Amino acid sequence: MTTTTEQTFTYADLPRLMGLMTGDEKHGPAATSTLDALWVLYDRVLRVTPARADDPGRDRFLLSKGHGPMAYYAVLAAKGFLPVDWLEGFGSYASPLGHHPDRVLVPGAEIGSGSLGHGLPLAVGTALGLRARGLTDPRVWVLVGDAELDEGSNHEAIAYAGPAGLERLHTLVIDNASASFARPGGIAARFEAAGWSAITVDGRDHEALYAAYTAPHPGRPHVVVARVEPK
Amino acid sequence: MDTMRDRFAPVMARLLDEDPRVAVVLAEIGKDAFKEVMRTHPDRVINVGIREQLLVGAGAGLALAGLRPVVHTFASFLVERPFEQIKLDFGHQGMGGVLVSAGASFDWPEGGFTHMAPGDVALLDTLDGWTVHVPGHPDEAETLLRHAVAAGDDTVYVRLSTQANAAPMPVDGARFLTVREGRGGVVVAVGPVLDQVLAATEGMDVTVLYATTVRPFDAEGLRRAVGGGVAADVVLVEPYLAGTSTAAANDALVDVPHRVLGLGVGRAELRRYGRVDEHVRAHGLDAGSLRGRIGGFLLPQPRPLP
Repeated sequence: MTTTTEQTFTYADLPRLMGLMTGDEKHGPAATSTLDALWVLYDRVLRVTPARADDPGRDRFLLSKGHGPMAYYAVLAAKGFLPVDWLEGFGSYASPLGHHPDRVLVPGAEIGSGSLGHGLPLAVGTALGLRARGLTDPRVWVLVGDAELDEGSNHEAIAYAGPAGLERLHTLVIDNASASFARPGGIAARFEAAGWSAITVDGRDHEALYAAYTAPHPGRPHVVVARVEPK
Repeated sequence: MDTMRDRFAPVMARLLDEDPRVAVVLAEIGKDAFKEVMRTHPDRVINVGIREQLLVGAGAGLALAGLRPVVHTFASFLVERPFEQIKLDFGHQGMGGVLVSAGASFDWPEGGFTHMAPGDVALLDTLDGWTVHVPGHPDEAETLLRHAVAAGDDTVYVRLSTQANAAPMPVDGARFLTVREGRGGVVVAVGPVLDQVLAATEGMDVTVLYATTVRPFDAEGLRRAVGGGVAADVVLVEPYLAGTSTAAANDALVDVPHRVLGLGVGRAELRRYGRVDEHVRAHGLDAGSLRGRIGGFLLPQPRPLP
């Protein structure tokens, strides 16, 4: 692990890190749909480091859309949560890095995911739990995909969190138009109808992402819909 | 007599006072009993509305944040509807918590099959590491609820029912109790069926064990009881799906030639409403039916141990 913590990685290193998993430094839009949104979040917003991975006061990031986790692993490696030399074994029997992450195996992963629709309810509970412990500072972020929002469990969480006023809760929706049945603007509208603060941005524009992530939303949970190239 | 469920909110109120890690999550059902407690512990008694996937998912999320969640609703909506949340959000995430159900197999027969969950324990049996408590009396429910909440970061299921025995037993949250000793076989009565089993076996030369913690299964207790008899014949009487613990009993007796009869709630849907006692009879779990079924299995062929 020392090799990664002593080294500093930038956004420009991420394709190479992903290449260690995929065998190719060129990646299509599907593999990188979460890359920019994740990088800006980990680089500029989340108050969590490998040294603070067990700190009760850290910010939490929950990857709910566990499919296609190469970008996530690359960002975790770049930020020193896991050793870069783990990346090459991606998906193999001896590797802790599977095609869906397992929190028990991956340092820095707050949850395991793969089955869609679990992260947002877990994030709601985490936000409630931090509040119950008097930890009012940490923020909870959960990343979901636009098609993942087909799962009804998300709507139980969205409909509850707004009226419950869970202002420490943040959802990041990566919208690559992969849902088979959707209406334009439908994602933000559904969150807004439940009382959330909502901002839709270009998911490749780092400044726009940062502004959306840090926009104030007193008394309400916040959703950022990051639009990327259609799948 | 009050019911096990009548004890639930008062016990939780005390545990919430005693332990700042404890939190209760509800999905509308049962919230009236928590009205007072919600005022004293507004952040640790949480009602998420009629949303059972969120109920279990948010419960596990509370555990991720370091709390000890106690999640409650009817068994069918707690274990069956959000089963994948139990499997993944607690099991796969490696989180601990307590699930407390009401309604049992047919506590509200007028409500019909949608509110019956005879398969809850069998379903949990497909998962690793769950402790399952099946109290047979409100006092036992209180004891076992306390055990469940105090069990570190274990995953624990407590199955409350309106069916109960007349008197409580000194349950310890782990072992089977020996209620009666005989040599012609062992009858294991689980939770609320004890009174019927004792009436059914009156005058029979059998050992009766009383089980309120069925997972982990007290294999040692069963082996010891079987060792005192002339034949390794075991009858399990369970207030949920018949045969749920048959494999556990077989495993306990793997090195002894034995026979096991698993009695409990039948798999077939009755499509009947009515009263609890009518359903007990329909599933052959009243004292008269049990006497015939247990006697028919144990009595005709008492065999010596090899």
